[in-house]
Amino acid sequence: MTGAGERCQSLTKKGERCRNPVGPGGRCARHRQPGTTPGAGPDPGAQGDPGAALLGWAEEALEFLGRRLLGEYQVDEFGHDPDLVEHVLAPLLRPLYRHWWRVETRGLEHVPAKGPALVVGNHAGTLPFDALMVALALLDDHPAHRSLRMLAADLAFNLPVVAPLARKSGNTLACAEDARRLLEAGELVGVWPEGYKGLGKPYRERYRLQRFGRGGFVEIALRTGAPIVPVAVLGSEEIYPMVANLRRLARLLGLPYFPVTPTFPLLGPLGAIPLPSKWLIEFCPRIETAHLGPEAVLDPMVLFDLTDQVRDTIQQTLHANLVARRGVFT
Amino acid sequence: MGRRILVTGAARSTGRRLVAALATDPEVDAVVAVDDLGPDEPFPPGVEQLRVDLRSPALVRTVQSTGIDTCVHLGVAAEPRAAGGRATMKERNVLGTMQLLAAAYHAPDLRRLVLKSTTAVYGAAAGDPAVWTEAMGHETPSHGFGKDAIEVEDYVRSFDRRRPDVAVTVLRLANQVGPTVDNPLTRYFELPVCPTVFGFDPRLQFLHEDDTAEVLLRAAIGPAARGTFNVAGDGVVLLSQAIRIAGKPPLPIPEPLVNRVAELVGRTVDFSPEQVRFLQYGRVADTAAARKQLGFSPAWTSLDAFEDFATTRLRRLVTEEWVARLEQEALAGLRRAAGWLSRGDAPMGGDGSR
Repeated sequence: MTGAGERCQSLTKKGERCRNPVGPGGRCARHRQPGTTPGAGPDPGAQGDPGAALLGWAEEALEFLGRRLLGEYQVDEFGHDPDLVEHVLAPLLRPLYRHWWRVETRGLEHVPAKGPALVVGNHAGTLPFDALMVALALLDDHPAHRSLRMLAADLAFNLPVVAPLARKSGNTLACAEDARRLLEAGELVGVWPEGYKGLGKPYRERYRLQRFGRGGFVEIALRTGAPIVPVAVLGSEEIYPMVANLRRLARLLGLPYFPVTPTFPLLGPLGAIPLPSKWLIEFCPRIETAHLGPEAVLDPMVLFDLTDQVRDTIQQTLHANLVARRGVFT
Repeated sequence: MGRRILVTGAARSTGRRLVAALATDPEVDAVVAVDDLGPDEPFPPGVEQLRVDLRSPALVRTVQSTGIDTCVHLGVAAEPRAAGGRATMKERNVLGTMQLLAAAYHAPDLRRLVLKSTTAVYGAAAGDPAVWTEAMGHETPSHGFGKDAIEVEDYVRSFDRRRPDVAVTVLRLANQVGPTVDNPLTRYFELPVCPTVFGFDPRLQFLHEDDTAEVLLRAAIGPAARGTFNVAGDGVVLLSQAIRIAGKPPLPIPEPLVNRVAELVGRTVDFSPEQVRFLQYGRVADTAAARKQLGFSPAWTSLDAFEDFATTRLRRLVTEEWVARLEQEALAGLRRAAGWLSRGDAPMGGDGSR
């Protein structure tokens, strides 16, 4: 806050005053108008300039690195780091989304543009890529570019490297307190009630939904009055066709399952490349819960019925889309 | 009649500051400063200094016979080293509190008791909820300061039940930082490199020392607020971010080696297993209750508090000037390269062909 010398007067992206020392032009190096740098090359805005696009990209990348080096970014109380998602995590996943799995989305209009909602989906494919793709669909293709705050298994918060990434991309531990807090803050929350039972099921059981936990997600929706948006993901079942599960090895490693696919562990790391199935993510019409009121959680029948309704909606949508699908990879 | 306030742990920096603020308040008639240490600077005039242990009979006499109406208990120490070993620390923290409460139970004029506790009572684990509220059940930390704090809180709650005429306020403070704070965490950031647990990046909350002083003052002489309150600056700071703001290089250590390294480092900076877990999983507490019921909103956010600490106390190795210059040079280089690219066969020296 204190310091000698003049400070740059620009506003940072957070809307605060920049505290870098000024250079020529009354701005610091990071907020100087493009093209006014002494000794700079051509105007980067010039049309048809092959270097310009690259330069713009490099400039943004450098600014990002500078922010990270100085710690000039903000995360919310859950650790969600939109700056990192926008500049690193989403760009890493986007090629998978656009080119590898050629994800097609339907029914995005069922996801509200603002305010809380609980997105409930099927879970399959050994690694939770389906969850990541649903999140990217909402971030890139939803008109309001919403961040999906997913409820993840506790394993995700125990593993080094994975734990901080899970938090920074906006997820939190699957517990009632966290889910409620997010919904009350008006966030879009994602939940995959099948959990490991869905992720780690063998290939022969593909597109057969597992049990939907004990309906904890319905209870949270009722307590907060948030609508439920069922989402059916087609395609994730084929990315790692699991033919066997080495239970002993899994237990030894402390994992919920150890998958054997036609290529893994046979081909080693190469076997970890997912198959390029064609994906279809369909968001189904909202199931409102607000009219039932928070007292409805006391009635187990309401919980069971709503849980079944969500599960059946997803299962039927999956079947309908499966029938209409031309082939796994096309 | 004005207030008569007794402050334990008064010679430490937080205590000294509170005693000084109370001494100048017109509504306060008498301040009794209790600590077994002498203060670094003398207390302001008018403060009655009682240089005794919490277990001393002199304290019992003072509490019971001098018309004390408010007791502010700051005397729970967090550091085994300063307290003279873990056993002594526990003895003082827990037994000292018991003695103080025993004396307070028979104090006829006592109307208010304020305990300075810590968010360390929540522990730190992978399976924790993202944000702790005061009422959430939590697993008890099995040792160290956190365990002492829980036991102390338990005794205070039991006192609360036995003396319903006394308003008991428990303040769970987040990690304190500021220009003059000295605790295990500030010393951690003063290390030349900051050891971290590889692959983990916990969320931390900070409380600026000005806010610590303010909230204690409010709890002591503001409107009485019964209950337990988390107190922390708004927002969170990631450990990696804090290390960057501190301008230090991080030193990630693989989890299996962490305890060995902590032992080594612990010889110089008091690195308890509790502290290590905190630096692995972090902890965040909800401060809505303090805002609503206590009417206290911290003036400093967690980020601002830490930045203040970093600018006043740390010498940054990675500075803004350095990053800005590096960026500027890299960009200038790129612009030159782009210039050549766009002109294809432009001669070396760039701008000559324009």
